[in-house]
Amino acid sequence: MTTSGEPASSQAPAPSGEALALEVEDLWVRLGGHEILRGVSFSVAAGSLTGLIGENGAGKTTLLRAVLGLLPISSGEVRVARGHLGRRSIGYVPQKVVLDPDLPVRARDLVELGADGRRLGIPMRSNAKRVFVDQLLQAVDASHLADARVGALSGGEQQRVLIAHALASLPRLLLLDEPLASLDPRSTQETADLLGRIASERKVGVLLSTHDINPLLPVMDRVVYLAAGRAVSGRTEEVVRSDVLSALYRHHVDVFHAHGRVLVSVGEEQSEQGCELDPDDCTDPEKPSGENVAGGPSPAAAVAGPGQQ
Amino acid sequence: MPSGLFSGFMVSTWLQGSIMAVVAGAVGFFVVLRGSSFEAHAIPQGAFTGAAGAALIGANTLLGVGTFSLLGVVAIARWGRRGQHDVVTALWLVTLLGIGSLFLSLSTEYADQTFSLLFGEPLAVSSSDLLPTALLGAGCITVVIVLFRPLMLSSIAPELASARGIRPARVEVLFLLAVGVVTTMALPVVGALLVFSLMIGPPATARFVTDRPVRAMAISGVLGLVTVWVSITASFWSNWPIGFFVGTFAFVWYVMGRCVARWRTRPRPVAPLELAGAGSR
Amino acid sequence: MSVLHAIFQPGLFSNSSVQDAAVLGAVVALVCAPVGVFTVVRGQSFAGHAFADVTATGGSAAFLLGVSPLLGFVVMALAGASATELLGAERQRGRDLVTGVVLGAGLGLSALLLYLTTTTQSTTGAAVTVLFGSIFAVSTSTLPLVIGFGASALFLVGLVYRPLLLSSINPDLASAQGLGRRVVGLAYMVALALSVALSALTIGAILSTALLIGPAAAALRLAKSPGRAIAWAALIGVAATWAGIVLAYDSYNWPPAQQGWPVSFFVVSLVLAAYLLAQLTGRRARRA
Repeated sequence: MTTSGEPASSQAPAPSGEALALEVEDLWVRLGGHEILRGVSFSVAAGSLTGLIGENGAGKTTLLRAVLGLLPISSGEVRVARGHLGRRSIGYVPQKVVLDPDLPVRARDLVELGADGRRLGIPMRSNAKRVFVDQLLQAVDASHLADARVGALSGGEQQRVLIAHALASLPRLLLLDEPLASLDPRSTQETADLLGRIASERKVGVLLSTHDINPLLPVMDRVVYLAAGRAVSGRTEEVVRSDVLSALYRHHVDVFHAHGRVLVSVGEEQSEQGCELDPDDCTDPEKPSGENVAGGPSPAAAVAGPGQQ
Repeated sequence: MPSGLFSGFMVSTWLQGSIMAVVAGAVGFFVVLRGSSFEAHAIPQGAFTGAAGAALIGANTLLGVGTFSLLGVVAIARWGRRGQHDVVTALWLVTLLGIGSLFLSLSTEYADQTFSLLFGEPLAVSSSDLLPTALLGAGCITVVIVLFRPLMLSSIAPELASARGIRPARVEVLFLLAVGVVTTMALPVVGALLVFSLMIGPPATARFVTDRPVRAMAISGVLGLVTVWVSITASFWSNWPIGFFVGTFAFVWYVMGRCVARWRTRPRPVAPLELAGAGSR
Repeated sequence: MSVLHAIFQPGLFSNSSVQDAAVLGAVVALVCAPVGVFTVVRGQSFAGHAFADVTATGGSAAFLLGVSPLLGFVVMALAGASATELLGAERQRGRDLVTGVVLGAGLGLSALLLYLTTTTQSTTGAAVTVLFGSIFAVSTSTLPLVIGFGASALFLVGLVYRPLLLSSINPDLASAQGLGRRVVGLAYMVALALSVALSALTIGAILSTALLIGPAAAALRLAKSPGRAIAWAALIGVAATWAGIVLAYDSYNWPPAQQGWPVSFFVVSLVLAAYLLAQLTGRRARRA
């Protein structure tokens, strides 16, 4: 199905009728002579939460930064819905934000900067601004932290304030880079739940990257799985399967389910669905599509390649 | 040979300057290795206050410098360097400088002494200071040579040093004392503001030129010596302040060292591989 | 009543030098307040210190050329700022060494220029003026220039206040909003250069760091929000400067030489004292 032997990524089209917050089409990013992203395609609907899953070094941060426009795109297209304020604005919570404990900045100051951090001149106090900030802090369960120094907050608390900061520009798309990475288990689940709520209540498309899929399972609508620059996207149950992931990784992948949790284990041997010799010589697996799963042939059957089934 | 350059009253300048240059080069090697720019800046600044105080009460300059160098060493060893450029330490240092300026203002020769304590006055070196200087210098060099390997190891990888029974904290104190000694010897000659250049310039240059530690230390000692000799001569001839020559030379050496380093690491065409032996492939 | 007399000696307020000094000191403290807060927050105290030493070269050159030292300080500080921007950021350790060596050369050059001033113009005390300041010797005609430079610095900081604050908190957050990093950085550098130059004029090139980072560091112990931190820094800076002026005036009758103690000594010591005091009393302002 591919033209030059370069594998394209798989994509499930978004459920029709929903506004899209983000559309990524055949995105290629080359940095320093390496192809970091190879033909990634997926979309994020407004009001939904999508998990971007992948190991360290798979290209998650590169993808997010490319969407933000912080990295040059080699080819492909990224389309982002306009924010409520009329201009293209994307909420972004970067990875590993370290806030100096001595910073003379309160939580409410940081959130306010999310709304007008670009503006020149000295900020004027206004009641409207204060109310706006208070509402945002309330939405992230951080009202009681409004007057505390941001640097003195715990990791989970800082995370929430940063989310409020990102939402302050009223974006339609919210990107978070490994927001759960350094949190304790309880904060992890709380943050994941919070993000799910924010997505649905504020009609924001949320895309967050993580290497552990489990905390997101209750709130995640769709998932984008990234491996070695290639991606598969779709609903969780369509994508997180041994056959699909084996095709993606070109190695044998087992997906174990237990007690509502998922364990994805990437093996050493190359997968049968993959290639015998050089991974780049593989023929591409057929993309699993949302429509097919219900009544059509299984994706495994749709995988092309010699001697399958 | 210009008359007077090597005459009686200049002899002590030459001797003291030479000893000081060699020791500064040796100790400076470790300053650069350990990244202790801050300490090399701070201790001379504190010592300036001591010199100013000595000038005020008419005591021996060397005594004032030495005492306050020691106090600086103790303060830094005790409270450590919490983050390289901590605001508190900067404030304390500036206050010390302010106190120094106060002392000088209360003495009779405010302007002249300010100048010579900050920028050096080789002619003011007296022969009575020669013996203490020689002893300090000899002691310092001995310590550096004897403790060369522990110093190296604890500068590069303190954890490895601890594993071998060397206590980095102790080595740090000895190192700071060495810096204090260099300060004591160098401040009267090149001035408080230029002690740093003398301790940093030659060793930083040496490190660009060679990767071998002993060789680097030797080169920095030689460069330091050349710097001081040329500076004394030039200053004697032109009457220009010696601090100018020291600062300029340190900069010139550094630039030359960078150029040499760039030349050494220039991209070179790769030589074609030769097959070793017969039919190894 | 006699206590007040002892502190505010007769003739203090009517003395024109004192008046000029008070204006100069207040302007400088006000300018250094926001710039200093940002400098400390961004952890760039060393850059401020480096600029300060470099301005000594400019001040010395100004003396030699017979120009106002303020111009020398400003030109040199701006040159230093441009150089820093052009050379960009390198690895910390290498940068310290380079800065140190360049500073040494600059200070050496100052030495030469000051010496030449002494010999060619028979002006003594140039060294003291450049390095330790001479707030009482600033002529009234320089004041408009001081106010002009000060206002420019404040304008620049006010202009890029929000982007600067955001990028000081976390550079990634700033770049996500698509802020012009170079413009903001440049505006800040210019404001920093002007502040350092003004501070050097007031208390001398090698002491000027104190007025820049001292009140700011104290304010950070006391205030939680950026606006309040700047306000505190301004208050402390002005108080220290004015108190220093008063004490220096009083000290004209003090032993041993009956010629007055240096203003810069007082200002610097008071700034340190203010910081230590803020350190002690400010611990509770840390958490909500």
